[in-house]
Amino acid sequence: MDVLTDNFSLYGKGFLGTVELTVYASALALVLGFVMASFRVAPVGSFRVFGTVWVTVLRNTPLTLLFFAVMLGLPRFGLVLPFELFAVLALGCYTSAFVCEVLRSGINTVPRGQGEAARSLGMTFAQTLGTVVLPQAFRSVIPPIGSTLIALAKNSAIAGAFSVTELLGTYKTLSELGYNIVWTFVWIAVGYLIITLTISALFHVMEKRWGVAR
Amino acid sequence: MTTESTALYDVPGPSARRRHLLYGVASTAVILALAGWILYLLFDTGQFTSAKWSPFLYEGIQELLLRGLGNTLKAFACASVLSLALGAVLACGRLSDHRVLRWASTLFVEFFRAMPVLVMIFFVFVALKVQPLPALVTGLTLYNGSVLAEVFRTGVHSVARGQGEAAYALGMRKTQVMTHVLVPQAVRAMLPAIISQLVVALKDTSLGFLITYEEFLHAGKLIASNLDYDLPFIPVVLVISPIYIGMCMLLSWFATWVARRERRDPRAKAVDVAPAGGGGPPPGGR
Repeated sequence: MDVLTDNFSLYGKGFLGTVELTVYASALALVLGFVMASFRVAPVGSFRVFGTVWVTVLRNTPLTLLFFAVMLGLPRFGLVLPFELFAVLALGCYTSAFVCEVLRSGINTVPRGQGEAARSLGMTFAQTLGTVVLPQAFRSVIPPIGSTLIALAKNSAIAGAFSVTELLGTYKTLSELGYNIVWTFVWIAVGYLIITLTISALFHVMEKRWGVAR
Repeated sequence: MTTESTALYDVPGPSARRRHLLYGVASTAVILALAGWILYLLFDTGQFTSAKWSPFLYEGIQELLLRGLGNTLKAFACASVLSLALGAVLACGRLSDHRVLRWASTLFVEFFRAMPVLVMIFFVFVALKVQPLPALVTGLTLYNGSVLAEVFRTGVHSVARGQGEAAYALGMRKTQVMTHVLVPQAVRAMLPAIISQLVVALKDTSLGFLITYEEFLHAGKLIASNLDYDLPFIPVVLVISPIYIGMCMLLSWFATWVARRERRDPRAKAVDVAPAGGGGPPPGGR
């Protein structure tokens, strides 16, 4: 127990680092995923190809390899940024591929008749999209987006191994200080459980509120 | 094809098609320019000098890479076999009639699904002080086994209810119903999802790099940090990533192929075949 109470500020710093990483990377992943999803359903062929390549490659890339390439590779091009930013970039791009697939399958769950009916009422493309298709798609993507973001929070642990301040990385300092290693890990585990359960609860509330079983 | 299957667009007319063609040409030009710029950057920073690529000509280095690849595949093989076994055991527990067994395995599955794999690997490696390979395999097994248990359970529940009821009506016991009726169909339905989860396991073997397991990425790091060849980092990434990504892609495509095949198979009629997740669905711990 005193592992936690003695090193509360260290744990707190790591915990906040993980939260920060998760929040920024989620924002990047959602934006990029949305862009890629719109590429993948665009009527223009080359956009579709670009989106498909992006998703296929990133979904099949081991995240460690991506971190390895981004953290150690980009500085070779003279692009020197803080490690945190590189970590957000790698995590965000990786997760954007999964977000893209979730959004795309969400759009595909909307029956064709919905769009056809909207158009036959004389709605413009923007109206069809904004008032008919996207609201319905949004409802069906809430749970899978939630689990994608939980996976992102868990994946952020890899950043710790690349010298970014986050929760898992605290074990190194603590074991050097000679604390009981098992308890150190127990509290790290509790920290991750808090984060994942919070995201899970958040999306549960959102689903209760907006999600409609169809 | 996509344009026809969604609710987003009408079938385009002649002028819309012409406009799309124009957009297509313009965007292709932009994408090509981007690719050209990256290629220029690579040349400009001297990534294609012969000094940086010469290490790949040496037999010792080729062997080093191959040994790394072999170690990656070894970890993948151990982890996938063990996690399939663990998944089967946990699924039995979750489907058990005994409350204690059911609760225990539910707790186990939920806990290990909510934990980052890396935390488990580090715990086994640092706290229990085991060798890198067993640590990696243990971590991967615990996580993927828990996810696979859920996959198996979903599969058994996805078999049409009449199948189990009919088997019970014939006087079969629960074990018989499971082994002769439900499980064969469930495995058929879940095969794509199972293979997709194995893709996740294959990708996660690269975590061994972080605990100094001598796998593929580790071999690459060794070459990349060699001063004799002018630190050939980018060449190493350019060699390693196509192999790594290619392996995962092959396995993903296999999953998609199996899914398509099973969907046509008359023996999978009483179940919904799960779609292949491509690079594997990111399973959420909730």
